[in-house]
Amino acid sequence: MKSTEEILALIHAALPAANVELVLNPSPCAQHSLRVAPADAFAVASFLRESDELALDYCSNVTGVDWPDKEITEKVKVTQLVDGEEKIVEETIKRIEPGYLESVYHLYSIKRAHEAIAGPVVLRMRTINRTDQVQLPSLTFVWRAAEFQEREVFDLFGIVFTGHPDLRRILMWDEFEDHPMRRDYVDPDDYEYEPTPHDEVLKRAEQQSKPTGVTA
Amino acid sequence: MSHSSTAEMKVYRPPVVDIIEEGDELLEVAMGPHHPSTHGVFRMDVALDGERVIRLKPVFGYLHRNHEKIAEKASYLAAMPYTDRLDYFCSLTNNWAYALAVEKLAGIEVPERAEYIRVITAELTRIQNHASSIGFLMQEMGASGTPLMYAFREREKILDLFEELTGSRMMCNYMRFGGCRVELPTGWLAKAQTIVDGLPGFIDEIEALLTGNEILMARTQGMGVLKPDLAINAGVTGPMLRATGVNYDLRKVDHYGIYDRFKFRVPLGDHGDIFDRYMIRILEMRESVTILHQAIKDIPAGPIMDPKSKIRGFRPKPGEAYGRIEAPKGELGFYLISDGSGNPYRYRVRPPSLINLTILEDMCLGQNVADVVLIFGSVDIVLGEVDR
Repeated sequence: MKSTEEILALIHAALPAANVELVLNPSPCAQHSLRVAPADAFAVASFLRESDELALDYCSNVTGVDWPDKEITEKVKVTQLVDGEEKIVEETIKRIEPGYLESVYHLYSIKRAHEAIAGPVVLRMRTINRTDQVQLPSLTFVWRAAEFQEREVFDLFGIVFTGHPDLRRILMWDEFEDHPMRRDYVDPDDYEYEPTPHDEVLKRAEQQSKPTGVTA
Repeated sequence: MSHSSTAEMKVYRPPVVDIIEEGDELLEVAMGPHHPSTHGVFRMDVALDGERVIRLKPVFGYLHRNHEKIAEKASYLAAMPYTDRLDYFCSLTNNWAYALAVEKLAGIEVPERAEYIRVITAELTRIQNHASSIGFLMQEMGASGTPLMYAFREREKILDLFEELTGSRMMCNYMRFGGCRVELPTGWLAKAQTIVDGLPGFIDEIEALLTGNEILMARTQGMGVLKPDLAINAGVTGPMLRATGVNYDLRKVDHYGIYDRFKFRVPLGDHGDIFDRYMIRILEMRESVTILHQAIKDIPAGPIMDPKSKIRGFRPKPGEAYGRIEAPKGELGFYLISDGSGNPYRYRVRPPSLINLTILEDMCLGQNVADVVLIFGSVDIVLGEVDR
């Protein structure tokens, strides 16, 4: 088995146009990952599976990660005219770093399992945002192991996998409208206990029934 | 999608059975969620042409409680007792998989004695899981109760050991990041040795009653066949995968823990049918017994916890880790992302039970509806882990 850098070099050699970059993992286990542009994901995944050197024929784990919008506060020095004089003033600027959803695939090789011990090859993809552009290509046709797990990611995170043969909710019921694994998911209130919700409870009930995620 | 590679690359999809003639009507049956063979609440939407299955869609989620979200809101330690409830037959291997993932994330070393205790408890777990899964398979075949009670008789002995060690029979909550929770009670190893010595006799007994049994062979051989390339592509692991002849046992591949110190063989099947899965479980029990003999003999004295590891207020540095072990049902993995706080930013369980069910439709198509129950039983699942 090769290091992540070597695998990246192999991908670049085989698919020079593919947009793949290395994401370092600071943890002691050093399981680094490869971030693939969604447009190239299918080609890269097919290469990883079919390449004789890597033979990553086994997709162990598929999951999603939610990275919500981050508010970043920065102090910036700005020159301003104060009483006719130019002065350097410190200003606090708040900017919002847009969030995204991420899908993560852990790959291993069964064909070459006994040649060397190595950590998983981690493949990641990012959506453009968390609201309306949450499409990522499905890798079900490369590894069938991804089929049910991608359904689960769609169900719990709201990533829409384009090209998935049967993208339905899997753990939540079909009528459910939100995506519970998102960081900003609001737990349902027990307003059912009140025969007629009113005041605060009614407000919360209305808040709750507002869909926040995207459904296919 | 317009990719040149799709043309030559083999795509694995369930076959579409198209045997309906004009005017034929399909019978749609919902097997479950309260069918006695589903081991809990699980539904198979089956379409039948006479007795033959021509479509089968599994429906999950009846036991869903969003385990992952609960663990993300709790501290690292607080998720440990909760992992017991995933596959409630094998709480100790669940503990180990989670502890292993956290140890990878934070770079914690495990003392030698704790590694031996982990191996002993995990192999005992494997034996009682395989024994009861064979018992359940026989139950589904119509051998009501008797084989299952034979299996439970042995399981009780092992659960008594667990109770003495951990305080609980099933919800053991025993392992910690960097070791185990409590030291072995006095005389525990001797008791374990007595029980392990009795196990080959039990396996011989169960084999004498079942392996050559005509009804068992008639109903399992050539049934629910799974091909190795499909099994690999669909991510099937554990005894299911090895019954197809694929040599992939994480104890041999990853050498996690101290498994490279023990001499044991990996049983492999040939046909990938229900009988091979039954046989693999029998043989794996025998291999587990040899591992147990070696581990109980070699276990050293020493600490059971890494003195540097911190149990309370544990905050690993930012990063991520994927740790996996060979649980009795297949590859059990935990994927953790830390943002430096006291609770995991992302906590994911890779459940072997759910992923082994992916190919249920492929195995059942064209079979009689009565055999669906058997094929389903041979997968060996626990719904607590499927639905999480």
